[in-house]
Amino acid sequence: MSILLNKEFTFIVQGITGREAVNLTRECLDYGSNVVGGVTPGRKGREVHGVPVFDTVEQAVEHHGGPVDGSVVTVPPAFTKDAVIEAIENGIGLIVIVTERIPRGDVAQMVELADMRGARIIGPNCLGLIVPGVCKMGGIGGPAVDAAKAYAPGPVGVMSRSGGMTTEISSSLTAAGLGVSTAISIGGDAIIGSTYAELMPLFEADPDTQAIVIYTEPGGRMEAQLAEWVTENNSRLPIVAFMAGKFMDDEEMKGMSFGHAGTIVEGEEDTATQKIARLEGAGIRVVERIDEIPEAVRERLGAPA
Amino acid sequence: MRFYEYESRRIVERAGIPVTEYGFCTMDAEAREVAERIDGPVVVKSQVLTGGRMKAGGVKFADTPGEAEAHARDILELEINGHMPRGVLVDPKAEVEQEYYAGVVWDGTAKRPLMLFSDMGGIDIEEVAEKHPDHVGRGHASNLLPISDFEAKQVIARTGVTGSALNRATPILARLARLFRDCDMTLAEINPLARLSDGSFVALDAHMEMEDEAKPRQRALLESELEIEPDDTRETYEPSEFERNVSAIDAADHRGVVQGRDHGFEGNLGLVIGAGGGSLTLTDAVRSQGGRPANYTEIGGNPSVSKASGLAKQVLMKDGVEKIAVMMSIVSNTRVDIVARGVIKACLELDRDPGETIAIFRIPGAWEEEGYKILDRYGVEYCDRSVSMWEAARRAVEKIQG
Repeated sequence: MSILLNKEFTFIVQGITGREAVNLTRECLDYGSNVVGGVTPGRKGREVHGVPVFDTVEQAVEHHGGPVDGSVVTVPPAFTKDAVIEAIENGIGLIVIVTERIPRGDVAQMVELADMRGARIIGPNCLGLIVPGVCKMGGIGGPAVDAAKAYAPGPVGVMSRSGGMTTEISSSLTAAGLGVSTAISIGGDAIIGSTYAELMPLFEADPDTQAIVIYTEPGGRMEAQLAEWVTENNSRLPIVAFMAGKFMDDEEMKGMSFGHAGTIVEGEEDTATQKIARLEGAGIRVVERIDEIPEAVRERLGAPA
Repeated sequence: MRFYEYESRRIVERAGIPVTEYGFCTMDAEAREVAERIDGPVVVKSQVLTGGRMKAGGVKFADTPGEAEAHARDILELEINGHMPRGVLVDPKAEVEQEYYAGVVWDGTAKRPLMLFSDMGGIDIEEVAEKHPDHVGRGHASNLLPISDFEAKQVIARTGVTGSALNRATPILARLARLFRDCDMTLAEINPLARLSDGSFVALDAHMEMEDEAKPRQRALLESELEIEPDDTRETYEPSEFERNVSAIDAADHRGVVQGRDHGFEGNLGLVIGAGGGSLTLTDAVRSQGGRPANYTEIGGNPSVSKASGLAKQVLMKDGVEKIAVMMSIVSNTRVDIVARGVIKACLELDRDPGETIAIFRIPGAWEEEGYKILDRYGVEYCDRSVSMWEAARRAVEKIQG
């Protein structure tokens, strides 16, 4: 079991003829994912690693002969909103937005429409998600052999504002013999489709997930929202958090963003120090060092070391 | 991107929000002309992108055009928190009955614009929210549906404001919310929004910030209407030589991305690190273990050898840098061997022994075997994913501090 993806999950790639998209299509196919079509306007009739390319999402869905579950959107920022709306209006339920530097107003519009239509957005500015050994949707973990090395199946759900750190953390869980149920690169922007708290109910309902690890950064109120969710819902899942970017709390770093657009600190609540306090207040274990994560998870799982 | 007060006034004015007969001046003689036109007491305000101008003497009142000219002359030469003013704004001294606050910000959790209103204007809205929560009205706006006046009315009515004040303030908050959405603002604030003795409302001060990512599509507003030069980026501080050089290296080659910062860093350990989250994690790891980073960098998206070497050279040439640490979280897109070649090339071109200069190389992932072979050849200490980012940072710090 897992969340969001399974062995039968089908998806398309919008912007499939772009350089990065060609790579991620190859990686996903090699991993065993069902990439059933691609879209690049004006390129109908081509193929990318055997995947047929269409002008519209409608054509891709029609060719598949039934509903398509997901779409990975990797088109330039100015065209992303249209591509995502096209996916939503063609009945696609899970959309991963890889593109970065999309204005917040566009992201908020896409998310509001997705909510109205019952669709879910992951990202933008993310690498997608992976269920080890089952399905990889997006560039997460890289080529199939590398993804296999970093992600072994196991009981830990991973959510991270950094794509690279999703793999780094999962790899350490795999090396420690723990493994991952589902890992999600949620995106590094100030407004994203699915926050920690919005994904928690799915992990909560997944019998194979026994613990959660989150990677967090300064900026935004997503961690406060998670802390509230955990308190209000009496979650069964122990959570281990790692906060990067503590140096940004220094006086001379005020008002700057590092790493991801979403790290811009707009108020006292957004700082690393405040967030750590908030998470700990909700019973979430915040580790100081990145290499403490596997051990902290093991302790919380109550399994023998 | 931040706007000067005179630009923010123009932005609210074009959205149909009443403003005073203000004038923006870059010369003292112009200030006299504006004051003559206003024909009454005026306020002369420094146009700087920093707070605290009142305290610093950047806001002065004048009863006559001559006085306005004299104040303008002083203020135009007055540096505030390291900023020279762009000009002065000459504003009629309004007969204010009451000051209000109207603002729109992003609520990242709700993912919607949040309208804010208070009948206690002229002070910081955070302060009002904390001390007088009953005096702050809030309400979300849709991103998709048209913003109706009633939504603004509800927010204002939540503060207890009624009568003609409610009816006059409603279109102002609604227009502010529309402009926030239409102009891709991240902050749109009118503080104070004043009710004058005749009952009319006017924006006495406005503060706007636009999302950088949206600048290309707001070009008509920025360049044609506000006449802002494209290179007027309004960073919070002047970029250093290192930062400018790294930007130039990044711009010269489209393959991959390198970024560098040294504002606020002044150590002896140069960091050649990546990617977004990895750089944050590694900078903390170095500092927490007593290391003193000389800079911050981000490598991503598979840069070319020359780009990686260009970045490493800039770091190595910084004053006080003794060694560099080359570290990243596991990479899948960026190639380990290319970064390895790049940093070794940088050392050699600067006549430095790579084995001595590179304190540690910790980049696991794509093409790592090829990368490690090259590093072996030059005697550079490296490690793979079995060594954590924390431990790699510790080894680098230990080497530089002996």
